[in-house]
Amino acid sequence: MYDKTVRRRRAVLGLLVASSLILLTAYFGESAGGGLHAIQRGVLDVVSPVQEGASRVLKPVRDLFGWAGDTLDAKAELKGARRERDALRQQLVQTQAKLRESAQLKDQELLNQVHDLSDNAPVRARVIGKDPNLWFDQVTIDQGTTAGVRRNQAVVNGQGLVGRVTFVTASTAIVTLITNHTTKIGGTVSESGVEGLVGVEQGHPTDLVLDSLSGKDQLSAGQIVVTSGTTSNVGLYPSPYPRDIPIGRVTSVQDPGTDDQQAHLTPFADLRRLDLVEVLTKPDVRSR
Amino acid sequence: MRVAVPQLVLRLAFLGIVTVLVQVSAITQIELFGTNADLVPLVIAAVGLLAGSLSGACFGFFVGLFLDLALVQTVGLSSLVYVGIGYGAGRFRELRDPQSALVPLAVGAAATALATVGYSLMQFLLGVDAPVSFLLARDILATILLNAVLATPIYAGVRRMLLSALPEDPRRRRRRAYTTGGLSPLSRA
Repeated sequence: MYDKTVRRRRAVLGLLVASSLILLTAYFGESAGGGLHAIQRGVLDVVSPVQEGASRVLKPVRDLFGWAGDTLDAKAELKGARRERDALRQQLVQTQAKLRESAQLKDQELLNQVHDLSDNAPVRARVIGKDPNLWFDQVTIDQGTTAGVRRNQAVVNGQGLVGRVTFVTASTAIVTLITNHTTKIGGTVSESGVEGLVGVEQGHPTDLVLDSLSGKDQLSAGQIVVTSGTTSNVGLYPSPYPRDIPIGRVTSVQDPGTDDQQAHLTPFADLRRLDLVEVLTKPDVRSR
Repeated sequence: MRVAVPQLVLRLAFLGIVTVLVQVSAITQIELFGTNADLVPLVIAAVGLLAGSLSGACFGFFVGLFLDLALVQTVGLSSLVYVGIGYGAGRFRELRDPQSALVPLAVGAAATALATVGYSLMQFLLGVDAPVSFLLARDILATILLNAVLATPIYAGVRRMLLSALPEDPRRRRRRAYTTGGLSPLSRA
């Protein structure tokens, strides 16, 4: 009985394997119009509509799994996209910084040309430290004595006068800004030639004041005040600031027409956002 | 107890047709972890485990033939591979009579490995000019893992469908007699 079962099993297995091999051989041996190919076409004709129906019926299931797969893919893509976004953001920041720097350099070049500052041997410097308190009045720059920077040299940027050097090391210097309360700069109204002293309004460190004026001096809002430079021909009291460097614009006039009149100025240089500056390392040789 | 052979044949035929149609119409279009599941070797292995080597081999042959005809592939190729899977799963059950719950998973994974590797090998033997790439190996591995996950539920489904039509297994009857003192659990109640 057992032998019979084994024989039967082996015979069926052999038959099935042989059938498969015969089918394989026959399929390879016949042409495209052969019997097996014809059966295949017939089965395909029968199965296709069923397959189509099954495909439609199973579409929601397919979509569900597709959605799950897409979600997983989307998560993987999201990671890549985030990395790409970070890299692009970094590039954007760098590009914007370069553009900003380029604009500053352009302004500075223009100032140098217009005011002929090349005679003052300007040394370009970058602001590397800022006074963080409300009475913001000094910055640190990355040039020092090795670059020819000395105390009391004027510092400008593309917008106008920034301040003067008050402390120097070999590689850095401290620049005291024009908004410091000790500041006294000889200023001239460029339109009328009226001269006075530019200082800081008490209690308003960002507000400059032009005073030491006479009652005859005509002042009005909107006028531009520039540095006077050295006004003495003798040269005993040279000004650290070259002449005609823009300081600020008159915003209002207090007690106009009197000897106590004062003009309030807004500085041209954005002192809160200083980045590139120039130290004028040679004194102004010109005089009025 | 009479063996309900015609009923089993009908159920196997229905199971085979449904398996091939579902595989061709839906499963091949669902991509999971970069690959597709292949239900056919799982179902054939489950049939082999439940119905024995002869039934498994015959089921594998006809399902393979139907698949080759429906997909307009080389006729006889899938049959040859699936005969081996159905027969092997059946012989494993007949020789070892495994009882562990992990058997369907292990057999399903082995059947998938045999099907994918065997099919690829046959294709190479028949002269299909394809490089043996890392991609192919990765696909095969991913299919095996995915099928291993599906093997247990597929086995449970096939078992549920065929159980009432399966012939009584003498060894199972002996095992039950040993654990219940020769009586059916129902008769003891």
